[in-house]
Amino acid sequence: MCGIAGLIHRGKSSNVGEELQSMLQALKHRGPDSTGYALYANNDGQNFIMRFKVGENVGEGSTSVNEDVSVYNERKKLVDKNLSELGATIVKEEQLTPYSYRYEIKYDKDLMDFSKKIESVEMVEILSIGKSLELIKDLGDAKTVSDRYSLDKVQGTHGIGHARMATESGVDIKSAHPFWGYPFADVSVVHNGQLTNYWNNRRALENKGMRFMSECDSELIAVFLAEKMRNGATLEEGMKESLTGLDGVFTYFVATKDSLGMAKDTMAAKPLVLYESDDLVAMGSEEIAIRSILPQEITTYDPFDGEVKVWQI
Amino acid sequence: MANLKTTEKKTKAQSMGMHTEVLTGKTQQKFFNPDEGENFFYWGTHDVDFNKRTELDVKDLDCKEANKKIDMLMSEGFGTIVIKNPQGKHSLGVGILNKLNLIFEGSLGYFGVGSIDGPIVRVNGRVGWSCAENMMAGKVVIEKNAGSCFGAAIRGGDLICKGSVGARTGIDQKGGSIIVGGDAGAFTGFMMQRGRIVILGDVGINLGDSMYDGTIYVGGKIGSFGSDAVESPMTKNDIDWLKRKLKVAEIGENFDVSKMTKIVAGKKLWNYDALEPTEKKGAI
Repeated sequence: MCGIAGLIHRGKSSNVGEELQSMLQALKHRGPDSTGYALYANNDGQNFIMRFKVGENVGEGSTSVNEDVSVYNERKKLVDKNLSELGATIVKEEQLTPYSYRYEIKYDKDLMDFSKKIESVEMVEILSIGKSLELIKDLGDAKTVSDRYSLDKVQGTHGIGHARMATESGVDIKSAHPFWGYPFADVSVVHNGQLTNYWNNRRALENKGMRFMSECDSELIAVFLAEKMRNGATLEEGMKESLTGLDGVFTYFVATKDSLGMAKDTMAAKPLVLYESDDLVAMGSEEIAIRSILPQEITTYDPFDGEVKVWQI
Repeated sequence: MANLKTTEKKTKAQSMGMHTEVLTGKTQQKFFNPDEGENFFYWGTHDVDFNKRTELDVKDLDCKEANKKIDMLMSEGFGTIVIKNPQGKHSLGVGILNKLNLIFEGSLGYFGVGSIDGPIVRVNGRVGWSCAENMMAGKVVIEKNAGSCFGAAIRGGDLICKGSVGARTGIDQKGGSIIVGGDAGAFTGFMMQRGRIVILGDVGINLGDSMYDGTIYVGGKIGSFGSDAVESPMTKNDIDWLKRKLKVAEIGENFDVSKMTKIVAGKKLWNYDALEPTEKKGAI
């Protein structure tokens, strides 16, 4: 089933970490397996923030293979070595869990080459790269993940999130949403639905040099949009193309450094409730997500079939 | 045998292309002696006094607790209940099988007021997916917008949304009327079998897809017709009925119903028995 939520403050910042946690916790019944956040934080914008994992969370109902923690340290050393070879400088590093890190780095070359080099280390996956994007995903509900990564303190302009019920792929971090729009900085995607032409699209995109890290059909949306943008399309143009390029039922959100978008398939088979005002747009799979941050009486609506909308901060 | 409507009314219904739609009021009456219809009550329902009014704040209640409280208030004879702070909770006000004035001061989540038979409901907000699913009788008025599957499988009553509704409105509808003041999404009237849908605004693609019977009236633009949905000429009966219904629905009072488009089943896919069990017995 899965639940998705997103919000964007226009013209101001807010405590988006806490707000998104409330929205996703309200949708816990739609997806108890894992929760993910893509928060666009008030960073100074000087350096890239890279979040990556060197292993999986093997607790809490995970389907991943248990590994000795010592291998995590070895992989981390290899990542550091590769960063050095790439000419990147680590400005700040934080170990968030035994299997995940947040690095602040100085780097000014091609991100695709960068990502390929970093991810050449076994089991290492870049969760996100960006100057404002902070992408966090792990097993557990919204509060569990938020507490683990101290997300309730994150100030920013917008964010998207996902409460996942694992269906066609495993209960693990690599299959959890959001997905980073590799190789674009600050692009993230969450999705509720099923894509039926996943393998056809995946093969075609892999032949064009795009990378997939999981077998989760939702990852296709991020890669699909990234490939369109790589060829010069705007975010909105890419999203409109996805309505025909992707087959199946879906509602998805995509966020960039300064915008938030939604798209709904032509069957309108997946739910979405939307609230829009001059200074705030909030949306989610169910009204209760919006009500968790806006308890006062407001007017909401369901976008129609085939609708694509993009808002700027 | 069930008390079917008079020949005159049958003719009227036939002229509107709704010759199978002859059931009114509580559908259950058809399974009992119609003379006892007025005195018929479901087991576990309550005899309430509309002048006895109360309020219930459901802010800190889950849907089960809230519905139990509503039932308890009805058992105490309250006939007008105002629900405060519904805040998009799911499945509120479901399964009410007696007369009642139920007012929601706010918005409902999914499956609001489903499987009801008799109450008059007003929602001063929005409703989520599948509002009034399986409704048998009564009247439900939504002041703002509604989600998808609005009035799924309803068998009777009037379901009114003053705003816009999502996709698959009236899916599998088996009777009653759905009236929408705004626009409607794709697959409106999908597989409907009886009843009427009135959309004053535009509708999305695949309108009336695979409909078996029933009638859809559209005031605005139509995205596309679904499989086996065809346009039919408006008659005087259609216009009279629409005027009366829109007045009851408190919307579109000045709307020129004569310019609406009427859609019915082409019946090329028609392969089902349109009779209710009691009608079938009568026919045999």
